[in-house]
Amino acid sequence: MRSIHVDDIVRTVRDLAIRANTELGEDVLRAFEAALEREESPTGRDILKRLIENAQIARDEKIPMCQDTGFAVVFVDMGQDVHIEGGSLREAIEEGVRQGYRDGYLRKSICHPFTRQNTGDNTPAIIHIDLQPGDHFRLTMAPKGGGSENMSRVTMLTPAVGIQGVKDFVVQRVKESGPNPCPPTIVGVGIGGTFEQAALLAKKALLRPLGSPNPDPELQTLETDWLEAVNRLGIGPQGLGGRITSLAVHIQMMPCHIASLPVAVNIQCHAARHKEASL
Amino acid sequence: MMPDAIVLHTPLSEHDVTSLTIGDRVLLNGVLYTARDAAHKRLVELLQSGGPLPFDLSGQVIYYVGPSPAPPGRPVGAAGPTTSYRMDAYAPMLIRHGLRGMIGKGARNDAVKEAMRQHKAVYFAAIGGAGALTARSILSAEVIAYPELGPEAVRRLEVKNFPVIVANDVHGGDLYEEGVRRYARTA
Ligand code: SF4
Repeated sequence: MRSIHVDDIVRTVRDLAIRANTELGEDVLRAFEAALEREESPTGRDILKRLIENAQIARDEKIPMCQDTGFAVVFVDMGQDVHIEGGSLREAIEEGVRQGYRDGYLRKSICHPFTRQNTGDNTPAIIHIDLQPGDHFRLTMAPKGGGSENMSRVTMLTPAVGIQGVKDFVVQRVKESGPNPCPPTIVGVGIGGTFEQAALLAKKALLRPLGSPNPDPELQTLETDWLEAVNRLGIGPQGLGGRITSLAVHIQMMPCHIASLPVAVNIQCHAARHKEASL
Repeated sequence: MMPDAIVLHTPLSEHDVTSLTIGDRVLLNGVLYTARDAAHKRLVELLQSGGPLPFDLSGQVIYYVGPSPAPPGRPVGAAGPTTSYRMDAYAPMLIRHGLRGMIGKGARNDAVKEAMRQHKAVYFAAIGGAGALTARSILSAEVIAYPELGPEAVRRLEVKNFPVIVANDVHGGDLYEEGVRRYARTA
């Protein structure tokens, strides 16, 4: 049995919230550089260059790369031999979000669905806990902006539509999203499970580093094929026309009910923010 | 190479905007007003009830933005555009009352485009998500209305060489449609 004190969790979540919003991952920067090589549209190239510059300014000056610093989505991967000491795990995460969004001058973007009254401190956080054997404790902070989240969808397809049907849904989703989710995007696809599980798979697919292959070679083939289809749409950077609409398609899949074919598409904007830490 | 940028100063004249065509890169100077969903709702309600607006619309440019909080010593935090379609319900009325330009991200609906054509207004795209870079062009920010709306309050921004791209011009051009048409490949 290993003990982790909630104070350490608060501090870690606070720092991850700030770092995720100010330090764009090297994998995303490399994907921008690669996109710049392939983009043919002058406007598109200009935009990609500015995104690289924007990421550098954010990192150097410690200000958020995007003003929408997102809903704080936190993944907790923990071993069942870990004991949380000194208080509640959930409250520690909420407190870390509160402190991070305050101390990092991050925007508070969470409100009541009907009155639109802002909660004032960017809580609640969305917390996904995955309990596994062992004594590890890993936190992933993935702030998610509204523009790209709004373009995401879950659907329950008829099993008969097969791979082609899923592909059509994914490509159509990117097409209809057009410029709204701040292309170049990353397309997270969750296939299988239940209604809510498909959405979670799609979100988790976004956490895989850009440029890393899918562990399942069959899915890797689909990712390559679907990315090509998406990039034929011509939407381009910021939707102003171009070759690079998306930087990657990432798929996660699991078995589903014999009557169902759930599919979720979670669109991630170019501010593809996530930071991890192990305690 | 990109063509050189056109430098403009607000308030914009009818001549300023009629000379612009889609794809033009523009550097805006002077004053911009910020407003998002909640502020638009209030501005339109004021116009409907005949009340005075917190600022004179004529020739002005509204920037759809909700900046992140200003760290000490800075006028604003990150300040990139928000998605514009949520303002489509309100924009035609503001355009009819003299609004000359809007800055946001994403395409507009037909009613907004028609209002822009009729009343000579333009829609500029700023780079969505480039909030840190965009903030560099903002010299000062002052909340002039609805402070209770927080990031959604109406701010008066002084800007210098604020970079935008003409996405909809007064001639009916739409870069979102034409740009995509140019680069789309059929299967
Ligand atoms: S979609 Fe992403 S990059 Fe665009 S404004 Fe929202 S959070 Fe920022």
